[in-house]
Amino acid sequence: MPETPRWSRDPEVATSPKVADSVHATTCYMCACRCGIRVHVRDGQLRYIEGNPDHPVNRGVICAKGSAGIMQQHSPAKLRQPLLRTGERGSGTFKAILWDEALDLATSWLGTIRRSDPRKLAFFTGRDQSQMLTGWWAAQFGTPNYAAHGGFCSVNMAAAGLYSIGGSFWEFGSPDWERTRYLMLFGVAEDHDSNPIKIGLGKLKARGAKVVSVNPVRTGYSAIADEWIGIRPGSDGALVVALIHELLRTRRVDLDFLVRYTNAPWLVVDAPGSAADGTFARDEAGEPLCWDRGTNAPASALAAGVTPALEGAVTLPDGRRARPVFDLVLARYGDTACGPEAAERATDVPAATIRRLARELADAAFAQAFEVAIPWTDWAGRRHERMTARPVAMHAMRGISAHANGFQTCRAIHLLQMLLGTIDAPGGFRYKAPFPRPIPPAPRPAGHAADVAPATPMPGPPLGFPRSPADLLVEADGTPRRIDKAYSWEAPLAAHGMMHTVIRNAWAGDPYPIDTLMMFMANMSWNSAMNTTETMAMLTDKDPATGEYRIPRIIYADAYASEMVAYADLVLPDTTYLERHDCISLLDRPIGEPDGPGDAIRQPVVPLDRDVRPFQDVLIDLGARLGLPGLVDAAGKPRYPGGFPDYMARHERLPGIGPLAGWRGADGTAHGRGAPNPDQLARYKEHGCFWHHVLPDDQRFFRHANRPYLDWATSMGFLPPARQIVLQIYSEELQSFRLAAQGHGPVQPPDALRVGIERAFDPLPFWEPPAEDAAYPIHALTQRPMPMYHAWGSQNAWLRQILGENRLYMPRGLAASLGIEDDGWAWVESAKGRLRVQVRLMDGVHGRTVWTWNAIGKRAGAWNLAPDAPEGRRGFLLNHLIDDRRGNRSNSDPVTGQAAWYDLRVRLARAEAPADAAAEPRFEPLPPPPGAPARPAILRYGADFRA
Amino acid sequence: MTSLPSHPSDKALGLVIDLDTCVGCHACAVACKEWNTGGHMAPLPDRDPYGAEPSGVWFNRVHSFEASGACGGRTVHFPRSCLHCAEPDCVTVCPTGASYKRAEDGIVLIDEDKCIGCKLCSWACPYGAREFDDDAGVMKKCTLCIDRIYNDHLAPAERVPACVAVCPAGARHFGDLGDPSSAVSRLAAARDGRDLMPELGYRPTNKYLPPRVHTVPSVAPDDSTTGATGALGWLDRLLSR
Repeated sequence: MPETPRWSRDPEVATSPKVADSVHATTCYMCACRCGIRVHVRDGQLRYIEGNPDHPVNRGVICAKGSAGIMQQHSPAKLRQPLLRTGERGSGTFKAILWDEALDLATSWLGTIRRSDPRKLAFFTGRDQSQMLTGWWAAQFGTPNYAAHGGFCSVNMAAAGLYSIGGSFWEFGSPDWERTRYLMLFGVAEDHDSNPIKIGLGKLKARGAKVVSVNPVRTGYSAIADEWIGIRPGSDGALVVALIHELLRTRRVDLDFLVRYTNAPWLVVDAPGSAADGTFARDEAGEPLCWDRGTNAPASALAAGVTPALEGAVTLPDGRRARPVFDLVLARYGDTACGPEAAERATDVPAATIRRLARELADAAFAQAFEVAIPWTDWAGRRHERMTARPVAMHAMRGISAHANGFQTCRAIHLLQMLLGTIDAPGGFRYKAPFPRPIPPAPRPAGHAADVAPATPMPGPPLGFPRSPADLLVEADGTPRRIDKAYSWEAPLAAHGMMHTVIRNAWAGDPYPIDTLMMFMANMSWNSAMNTTETMAMLTDKDPATGEYRIPRIIYADAYASEMVAYADLVLPDTTYLERHDCISLLDRPIGEPDGPGDAIRQPVVPLDRDVRPFQDVLIDLGARLGLPGLVDAAGKPRYPGGFPDYMARHERLPGIGPLAGWRGADGTAHGRGAPNPDQLARYKEHGCFWHHVLPDDQRFFRHANRPYLDWATSMGFLPPARQIVLQIYSEELQSFRLAAQGHGPVQPPDALRVGIERAFDPLPFWEPPAEDAAYPIHALTQRPMPMYHAWGSQNAWLRQILGENRLYMPRGLAASLGIEDDGWAWVESAKGRLRVQVRLMDGVHGRTVWTWNAIGKRAGAWNLAPDAPEGRRGFLLNHLIDDRRGNRSNSDPVTGQAAWYDLRVRLARAEAPADAAAEPRFEPLPPPPGAPARPAILRYGADFRA
Repeated sequence: MTSLPSHPSDKALGLVIDLDTCVGCHACAVACKEWNTGGHMAPLPDRDPYGAEPSGVWFNRVHSFEASGACGGRTVHFPRSCLHCAEPDCVTVCPTGASYKRAEDGIVLIDEDKCIGCKLCSWACPYGAREFDDDAGVMKKCTLCIDRIYNDHLAPAERVPACVAVCPAGARHFGDLGDPSSAVSRLAAARDGRDLMPELGYRPTNKYLPPRVHTVPSVAPDDSTTGATGALGWLDRLLSR
């Protein structure tokens, strides 16, 4: 008899169990990346969440956060009903109320404000992904005091890109992962576009392309880079300027690109002391001029076929002198002050390394250039049989944005890209549609005195892009008109507002007192605030004369019992991302990819089990109760009785243009423009909850100068009719602010700010060192851990097992000099206070820099974690040490108002190990909100699925 | 004690993990947790999930550490899970036959009905790949997603372990390492795929691809200005818009 195979005696394994009863496509919200997900539901429970393989953002992959969405849904920190404060603000004592009472209360508070002075509502929406609704709602209400979190995120990089190349890094541009042969990352950690970057790095690794990471800390992407440049924090601009110096010195510059696509040949008037100094020479039609070497005369710089001069002073017909932009570039960056030796002193990167990196960039761009056989038609209608690839790409993020010099540093990186000819070239940086935009984009901020009146909508959006001082929101005497002082002389290009200044300004009544602070999804009493300790005090401070809170009313919407909940008077509980509709709109922050634009929705995939409502629905309801014109019909009835989904499908911003671009028109066949389609959301749900248009091959590159693309983008409403989007090396918009600082024009800065404005608004990128303080010689940084996104992630039952407490990471040499050992304790001190924290030593960090993970430390008791949870006991926030002020203004970039988180400087000392092994400072534990469920002693999630 | 298959097939399913590409994002670890807490060995319980010492069962954990090297050291992210060894002592020490190695594909599994929770297997495993569920009182471990890789309810492209399906950087690969012509075998051969602690003789199926040696090139700065004829002569070429 044949022997029975051994495996026949193996236990029987169910290798093909049923996975799910149903699968629902939606969009992840465990971070800001907006990946497509497929949620598998079995027996009414979440079985698992996977990446949607068809989705243009993540192509089927999903990160640790996304997979942990199940635990976000089952968090005991979820709020369960509206709450009204009963004790002192900050104590966390509330009573549960019904929605009708909550909405009546909010309506009465807001209605009074609107009828008297709408500015007394400050509405700031944190990590909101529905700004096309919330910003519009603020305008309908009539308050200019609106923004989301961009001002403390990376507005300086957004603005730097939008004022230079009409697009930006973030998730709005991408390296050409398929073609690049050299990638340089500046300050990029787990952040925006994290899955696309990881997918892309995997491709580069597989292909053997070189990855260079410029970053003070060697973790994450830096850990797998082929070369790590452990730069001094805040000095990237010096490195970039030196790379530019080297490219110019060795003549390795794409002159053809500069002449065709940038303002390098435009003539700049050289008339020091006059109001025209530094402006572009223009003809009678207002067209910028160049000097045509063919005719030896000025000509329109926008004309096809001119042969412009790039160097040398010229005399214009009116007798004025002028120089091409590129001549100014040569003068500025050719100077040894911009050379590698100067950069070495600033960056701690050896000059020889800087020279080599410049040579490598040039080799990649020029020696490794290749032709791509895609015929295309340029802006002037000229057909080209091929595209030239410049296979060197760059990406930059938080390490640039979180410094006060980040705007000009980011402009310098864009200049470096332009010199190498890699903007939207194959192999280089690629725009994600709907970018490129006009430079700068069209809307200007509303909120001038004439724009704000009781019971009246503003005539435009509260956020936009100033072109000149005339667009600033200031009183005649220069006083800011917005509560956050955005678009004032303190932050003229604050295109995303300045959420980080609101609490202090509202507390101080500077520039004026407000009545109600309404916030959504922003942990502003904790990890989203600078100077957290004082911020908490400002939220609870009372005027001794009246006994009233200095910030009279605070309305807060959140899905979870975050630290901020305790500081609200009225809490409007939100749903989780798996319980509601959302709209990832082209009007806001779309999911375009280099090969074409896209937008997306979320849909509810699990039923609500408690008395909470989607904040967007609540806002629409509130708007109707307040009678806001856009939110009621002619009869005064709610215009969107179906709430946010109704708004998503039926709202029109302009005729034919609504929140969603896909399946428009009565029959659902139009894309981009078209009448509202009542079945639009059903079409999205049938198509994986996203719409993605793939551009034809010839429209995928050089889109700033690509005729068919420009025409198509105009037809879609992305662009006004455009001949060409000429990339702006030299920014006349910046120069207009500099001229004001020099005394020209009717809108003048306060004298105290003149020198700073004149310096900061340099029309060419430059680097200046972050503020120094000899008493605090060490740089201190935070970074986001890959498995977490702010405070949301660090309360998640699975993710907190990966990282439940944070250490202060310290270079070994520095620790040795202080007598601090691995696992020892240190005092970290700034002018704002001191922390006692536990230390971990490492090699891969700049020698005068310490860092830690962001948003791990929690207020004890918050998020319904146990009061002795490690996040509250041993975790810590550097935020306590970061001053929200710099002198008598906010701690922000002077151009865009970007919060300067990473300019923090500290001193360190050895600390004795505390007997309780706890970090300092610690705060009174917060109680759980009413109705919070008991914390389970054990989770057995998934046991029910077992066959 | 438990014997290994007397007539194993040549098939040896396993993972190839690329340490040169892994960025340490923990996507694999959490996806594993998510799939398997509802999977073949469900649940993967978490004690004190919102308390002072949360502690759960994970089949895949990522360790990050610094290693010195030619280029001044680097941070290594090291995902750790069962290696599905060809000679697994965790099986042979099992007194009940609960631990076993499947003859048909080499996957090391546990039959929970036979497991008495003695933990001999976890002492025997030098890789720390076994996870004790103290709630159920049984040992658990990576199943190589045996309820995915053969699952007719999933699309063919999804019939890979959850950790492989999700890896954003593409650092994880699944296949038959018993077949020298398979993609994973060829990848391991091409990239010097390593056994962990080969001296112990367990003959792990999973292979780790070591970080590539990064040498900073010593390109001499090139000061040439080829084609230029003077200080600014390089701009003499007529450039046309």
